[in-house]
Amino acid sequence: MDIFKLLKTLTETAGPSGYEQDIAAVVSELWEPYVDEISADRVGSLIAIKRGTGPEPRPRLLLAAHMDEIALMVKQIETYNSNGFLRVTNVGGIDIRHLYGQLVTVHGKKDLSGIVGSLPGRMLPLERKDKPFGWEDLCVDTGLPAAKVKELVSIGDFISFRQSLRKLQGKRVTGKALDNRASVAAVTVCLDYLNGRSHAWDVVAVATSQEETRLLGAYTSAYAQRPAAAIAIDVTFGKGPGASDANTFELGDGPILDLGPNVHPGMLKALQDTAKTLEMKVTVGTHSRYSGTDAYALQVAREGIPTGLIGIPLRYMHTMVESIDMADVERSGRLMGELIANLDDKFLGNLAKGMMEE
Amino acid sequence: MNELLKNLTEAVGVSGDEKEVRLLIRDLIADYVDEWRVDTMGNLIALKKGTGASDLRVLVDAHMDEVGLMITDFDSNGSLKFEGVGGFDDRALLGKAVQVGPKKLAGVIGARPIHLLKANQRDSVVKTDAMRIDIGAKNKDAASGKVKVGDRAAFITGYEEVGPTAIGKAFDNRAGCAALVELLRVEPYPFDLYATFTVQEEVGLRGAEVVAYGIEPDAAFILECTPAYDLPNKDDVSPNVALGKGPSVYVMDRVTIQDPRLVSFIVKTAVSNNIPYQIRQPGGGGTNTSAIQRSNSGVPAATIAVPGRYAHTPAMMINLEDYANVVKLAETVLRNLKPDIIKRNA
Repeated sequence: MDIFKLLKTLTETAGPSGYEQDIAAVVSELWEPYVDEISADRVGSLIAIKRGTGPEPRPRLLLAAHMDEIALMVKQIETYNSNGFLRVTNVGGIDIRHLYGQLVTVHGKKDLSGIVGSLPGRMLPLERKDKPFGWEDLCVDTGLPAAKVKELVSIGDFISFRQSLRKLQGKRVTGKALDNRASVAAVTVCLDYLNGRSHAWDVVAVATSQEETRLLGAYTSAYAQRPAAAIAIDVTFGKGPGASDANTFELGDGPILDLGPNVHPGMLKALQDTAKTLEMKVTVGTHSRYSGTDAYALQVAREGIPTGLIGIPLRYMHTMVESIDMADVERSGRLMGELIANLDDKFLGNLAKGMMEE
Repeated sequence: MNELLKNLTEAVGVSGDEKEVRLLIRDLIADYVDEWRVDTMGNLIALKKGTGASDLRVLVDAHMDEVGLMITDFDSNGSLKFEGVGGFDDRALLGKAVQVGPKKLAGVIGARPIHLLKANQRDSVVKTDAMRIDIGAKNKDAASGKVKVGDRAAFITGYEEVGPTAIGKAFDNRAGCAALVELLRVEPYPFDLYATFTVQEEVGLRGAEVVAYGIEPDAAFILECTPAYDLPNKDDVSPNVALGKGPSVYVMDRVTIQDPRLVSFIVKTAVSNNIPYQIRQPGGGGTNTSAIQRSNSGVPAATIAVPGRYAHTPAMMINLEDYANVVKLAETVLRNLKPDIIKRNA
């Protein structure tokens, strides 16, 4: 599997939180050959089911990889000098300081190219001259006259970021929306790994919607699919310039297996045991509270679901220059695939026992 | 699609390292000029001989260099320290994609993830010396095998046309270079035309300091790309350059007073030929005009510019009609230039 090509297709497709149909179509096309059933649900998630060989009623494992990305939204259309400019706000968590000079696509009645622009700092009021540009300073510039902008763009239109995926040194790559298309790629690797292999449990692969805003797709798909266990896969902080804290990980040291209240310890153990059988090096990372991922929602769906969390190390999270190591994607996919292939009728009993045994 | 603008803006030539652009322009003009040479600074100087109808010597200049970055050191984690080559607002650099060195390696200027920032950190501008270029090297040894101290880095924005405008990098000053190339691809002028594609404008008009030596022009026209500030602005004061209002004609900037006779002639030419134009607000900014004007024993000089938004940032924007009108205005001015407009005194 050409992981660079896969990542390029995934990252260069637009999919702002709440506007995921374009990326959903791409993921659907990628997963369709591997699964028995594929459909979109009522809040934008893509649900793909690969049936197992075990006797009914078959338990299912849900894999969640959010397909949405952070984005902007049109807040106001301003006319100046008979040209149209867009005032915008954020969809999902964005550090506004890296937006100036960024290329975007405005999803109006048709897609329009634009630049996030501003008057230069020295033209700002005195008290803001040395401060980062704020939402009132930035505007999206499509280069079009006001009449054309008003015809094609409405308040509430989504704006996605534009960046092509590029190769760095070694197996590293950089682009936008690797959070979380890297994980969608890993799930694709997992489905490919299971292709032609038999497994007892059903697998439900979900490309969830609106993780960046509300974990909406995770809560709702887990409720509907009633999995017996779940694994969320997302990106985690990569060690690098500007980030060498504890709980940052070297690119290439993934998959990172999460430990903490958001994760069922039995799921972590299952992932670690699977890694051992594959002779795969894995690292344990921690979240002392909220993991910031779909796992937070999956864990409390219905009456609670044993949930594990896999992290792909990523530098510069939530910028348009996110960077990962492709080997981490491949290993994460293979780890999930091997775990699924070994799920049997004792798995759930062992999870329950683990909660009570010394 | 304007292939000339595409090829020129996508070429890389940071101040002091302009060879790729120089070679490209040489290939673009070689068939249309009688002579060309490269001087010790790297300026490309071409002569398009005239019909002989006039013994004026006219110089037309466009600087080839673009602002960019220079690698200054390696961090132990394999990332690269850098400095700006030319003036930068640090706000434009954070979280941007670059290409590094002669092999154009992919690199990024990363930023600490928002999730790891303390509230008060989001309120301050990150300075260049706190930023690093990351090419994905595992450590300092791996990085220094691929990149040298002194290598330049440039933005990667590709050229695209969007309605009446175009987006790309380095319209400052590849728009000026493209216009000058077009001015050479026409029938000879009445006089000898010296086309100078100069280096290092962005770091102090350095190429322009020497380029008129030996040419002793009677007049000079400098083609540039000037910042447009036509974004929503509550204060109704200049600066006033706007996209779509035509070529921007300088009267005065921070370092030059353009020759009033030439300015007047440019404006008259625009009016009588129905070419739109705008007078660039006086004050602020500087161009090669300053250096060329005070070279030799003085050269009457004027500046005509393509308006461009977001100068010195990864992605600029120009209006394609403004560009076409700069070419049209410059050619019409040149063809109608008469000695009595700029008589050489003594």
